[in-house]
Amino acid sequence: MSAKFAIGIDLGTTHTALAYAALDDADPTTTSIETLQIPQSVAPGEVVSRPLLPSFLYVAADGEFRPEATALPWVDSVAAPLGELARRHGASVPTRLVASAKSWLCHPDVDRREPFLPLAIPGEASALAESLVRVSPLEASTRYLDHLRSAWNHAYPEAPFADQEITITVPASFDPAARELTAEAARFVGARELVVLEEPQAALYAFLADHRRGVRELLSVGDVVLVVDVGGGTTDLCLIAITEADGQLEPRRVAVGEHILLGGDNMDLALAAVVARKLEAEGHSLDAWQQRSLVHACRTAKEELFRSDDAPSEAPLVVPSRGSRLVGGSIRTSLCRAEADAVLLEGFFPRVAASAKPNTRARGGLQTFGLPYAQDAAITRHLAAFISRHAYATKDLPGFESHATRPQRFLHPTAILFNGGVFRSDAFSSRVLSVVTDWLAAESAPPARVLAGVDLDRAVSRGAAYHGLVRERGGVRIRGGLAQSFYVGVETAMPAIPGMEPPVQAVCVAPFGLDEGSPEEPLPTPLGLVVGEPVRFRFFASSTRRDDRVGTILSRVPHADLVELGAIEATLPATGRRDGDVVPVRLEARVTEVGTLELAARGPNEGERWKVALDVRSAT
Amino acid sequence: MTDASLSFFARLGLAFAAFFRILFDGAFAFRVDSVREAAVALPAPETPAKPATASPESKVTAADSRAALQVLAIFQREGRFIDFLEEDVVTFTDAEVGAAARVVHTGCKKALHDHFTVLPVRSEAEGARVTIDAGYDADAIRLVGNVTGKAPYAGTILHRGYRVDAVKLPKLHDAHDVRVLAPAEVEV
Repeated sequence: MSAKFAIGIDLGTTHTALAYAALDDADPTTTSIETLQIPQSVAPGEVVSRPLLPSFLYVAADGEFRPEATALPWVDSVAAPLGELARRHGASVPTRLVASAKSWLCHPDVDRREPFLPLAIPGEASALAESLVRVSPLEASTRYLDHLRSAWNHAYPEAPFADQEITITVPASFDPAARELTAEAARFVGARELVVLEEPQAALYAFLADHRRGVRELLSVGDVVLVVDVGGGTTDLCLIAITEADGQLEPRRVAVGEHILLGGDNMDLALAAVVARKLEAEGHSLDAWQQRSLVHACRTAKEELFRSDDAPSEAPLVVPSRGSRLVGGSIRTSLCRAEADAVLLEGFFPRVAASAKPNTRARGGLQTFGLPYAQDAAITRHLAAFISRHAYATKDLPGFESHATRPQRFLHPTAILFNGGVFRSDAFSSRVLSVVTDWLAAESAPPARVLAGVDLDRAVSRGAAYHGLVRERGGVRIRGGLAQSFYVGVETAMPAIPGMEPPVQAVCVAPFGLDEGSPEEPLPTPLGLVVGEPVRFRFFASSTRRDDRVGTILSRVPHADLVELGAIEATLPATGRRDGDVVPVRLEARVTEVGTLELAARGPNEGERWKVALDVRSAT
Repeated sequence: MTDASLSFFARLGLAFAAFFRILFDGAFAFRVDSVREAAVALPAPETPAKPATASPESKVTAADSRAALQVLAIFQREGRFIDFLEEDVVTFTDAEVGAAARVVHTGCKKALHDHFTVLPVRSEAEGARVTIDAGYDADAIRLVGNVTGKAPYAGTILHRGYRVDAVKLPKLHDAHDVRVLAPAEVEV
């Protein structure tokens, strides 16, 4: 059966959303993009349909909810509820709450198939550890998608989810293994026609969808669009250059930022910390529940203080009591705009020079096991480092010839596209704009303009749905390709010297910009692989080495340009060979139709080809 | 009526309670309205005067208590509504009550807007002069003051009224015990 709809899924760190567009309209330039209302439990026994599904999973204890209390329109009972009920109830029972599964999905130092969420807390009671059925980051993501599939099939039984064109988004900074895992989760819930799209590209697609007619008045060849996407938990940066091909605009994604675990939730926590200090000075001490209520109250106060029109200079804050005595037990304070400015604008969006770099501090020797949160909260510093690192990313593009000769400290954006809930408040987007304008003025470049009007919460899912529509029916498409070059580590042969490890070379297997459908180009040097048992390679990426080709050798790692991604693994079944035989193979990389990277090892005999897994069990 | 008057806080609590009952209980709303306009001698309601041809029980049915309890539970969950009404507020200062009222106001307002689309019955500003034509909807418009003669009536809007345009209550499982407005919480 052929697809009736293009479905776009934003599998977010804190929220998940699904948008869709009909594929069979007579005129695709007027096809509307709708948002699916997702039925979800909001409290035991209550089901509400909302456009966003909070990406939280609650692993309930036996008998914690009566079976029917977690019923959904398509199922009688759910053992581990997700969505609003999980988010709300889990706030009081954090040991059973799975949050930020997506951030774990791209954590290179963990086994992403290992069930370790909710994360065990140090000193956790063994009774809890025994009774808790933990899930892996992959499993959690699969469950959110499975909920979307059920919601879709419930709403459109005549157009089953599995038959539709599905586009699922990932942060531009996701490594190949995390992209592959996301695709795997989507395939697991039945997606057959699947494409993986980077979120900042999806945000630009949402903009293109809103301006299907007249986009040329807003974008022209030579434009450089900076996408700044600050969501609840992550910041994603991306640069897209506008070129032209066959008379049609062709935006090209030329650079993506690193994975930065920093977002709106950090801002609420920062405000709460300031207010908690103030309350302690007044003699109030807050328990864990009140701390969480305070964070919630701070979020509300932030939205009040920074609302775009008619914002008050002071917002009251009340931390409600835990028990039923509301009037007697609540703690009252207030937050003024000046305090919030100091914490949020100066803390997260300080005015810094274009040459600024994020601060790093020496890590404590002992750390609890957790997510690699950004050390520097200043988003503007991350931004400065990002556009400086890619100062010459456009030099080889047609229409950007002047960029090759013009001396510049950073790549000059001509337009900024803001995305993510943080920018609901104009104060933050105006600050970013004014900081970038200052940087541009220092290099005598004209100020950047803002590409306005995208729906900050839904742009990614809408853009993904529109991407599906464009694939099927035509329209402006963004060219992506690999945003990084990838390398495998190969040990060099040398006479054994006690105490000396043999040096490791990095060999490029997949160059920057490698696109879907490019011919496979095997590595010129063969590598000896043992069959019948798993063989590991070290795996590296670089976002700055754009001119390396397949086979380029970096003589030594660690190398300043390379980031190690964790090992990759090839298990070559010993078909027709004896276990332990060493087979000379050539590695080759290609970008699949889905948009993920695939590594394969080709043997010397006809048809001998083994897939190389990009995510492997962690060594730690 | 006596000369006695209620304290501010008792009035606040009463106002909340009355608000919801007025919103969901048409008969109660009618009685409140009669009291509100007690100074004006209202003619006896016309309905009872009509000769009862059909059995009166057939039209007058009990309100659905499930939905009412569900709404109460939502207001407690989102805005600590029952906590607020059930607490004795007499001994607290205005500032303390005010602080708690903010919790109730923020939460209940969100809950109200999430589940009900409440629109004014009349879009004109209060104080505006309007003409009420014959055949007006007597459920939606109540004439008060010196009601004489026949429509059209010229008058001033005292209150714009409220009308619920859409109700979006969460779906409830049949077996869900709605009498529990808020579960007891036990920390273990």
